[in-house]
Amino acid sequence: MKTLSEHILDIVQNSVSAKATLIEIIVEEDKIADLYSLVIRDNGCGMSKETLAKAINPFFTSRTTRKVGLGIPLLKHNAEAAGGSFSLESELNVGTVLTARFQLSNIDRPPLGDIWETLYLMFLSYTVGNLVYQHKTEKGGFQISSDELKEVLGDVSYQQKEIREGILELIKTNLEEIEVTK
Amino acid sequence: MTKIKSLADLRKMKEEAQSKIKLRENSTNPDQVVQVKVGMATCGIASGAKDTMKYFVEELEQEAIDAVVTQTGCMGYCYAEPTVEVKLPGKEPLVYGHVNKEKVHEIIDKYIKRGELVDGIIPVSFKTIDD
Repeated sequence: MKTLSEHILDIVQNSVSAKATLIEIIVEEDKIADLYSLVIRDNGCGMSKETLAKAINPFFTSRTTRKVGLGIPLLKHNAEAAGGSFSLESELNVGTVLTARFQLSNIDRPPLGDIWETLYLMFLSYTVGNLVYQHKTEKGGFQISSDELKEVLGDVSYQQKEIREGILELIKTNLEEIEVTK
Repeated sequence: MTKIKSLADLRKMKEEAQSKIKLRENSTNPDQVVQVKVGMATCGIASGAKDTMKYFVEELEQEAIDAVVTQTGCMGYCYAEPTVEVKLPGKEPLVYGHVNKEKVHEIIDKYIKRGELVDGIIPVSFKTIDD
């Protein structure tokens, strides 16, 4: 994965398969502590202690179509390669919290990437639960959720050109406002 | 046009464009429109499925084709990612492999618009050696 956006897109799939109705993605930048952190929290089915221990193993997966599960190991590797850390906590029937920390100034930290496109595609696909994205910098914070969009846009297809461009612009402008690190 | 900065701006924009905007197709009758599912697990994303999905949304919109584009998990054809399942109304779904920008164009132009089959179909009966 070249960007953090791709990791987010990938990891959120796990929450979706866990039948989560609330998925929170929180990206936080701290220039003083030189920290860039990504937290993905869901209220899905969670994992037992045994499964949790196996989740970071690339040769473990819960699906049957193939024998490897690389999403989590790849993110863990990227975080550790960028002077950061990785943790995964989960409780059965409560949910899962994934935290990946990167050193902000590290040259190996993956860039954020086109998070607006990524969020748009996620909003387009997940119509069941609420997907919340939060980004915090020293300049302030920005939050957007699929429930808010649903309320504002109603039954209109997000694939409509005007709507698509509107959503993309909304995310982009606000992220520029708080000067996110790319 | 003024920049869209808040949800209120977005709502205003939607109301202005309302006349041109159709209701969300998939909620009304998903069987009557073209359904495109892009494989977006780790393997797909690493091979560029995000761009593939983006091209589908943009191009179908440009061609004014009623379609629902969504993402799906790994279909088990990791070697052929990005993979896309296309289902035309009243037809069996087809899975295409190695779908890049050019392929998206070809699939829309030939298969979705004219019903001609395009190279790169993964047969449903296909099994890897392991199976």
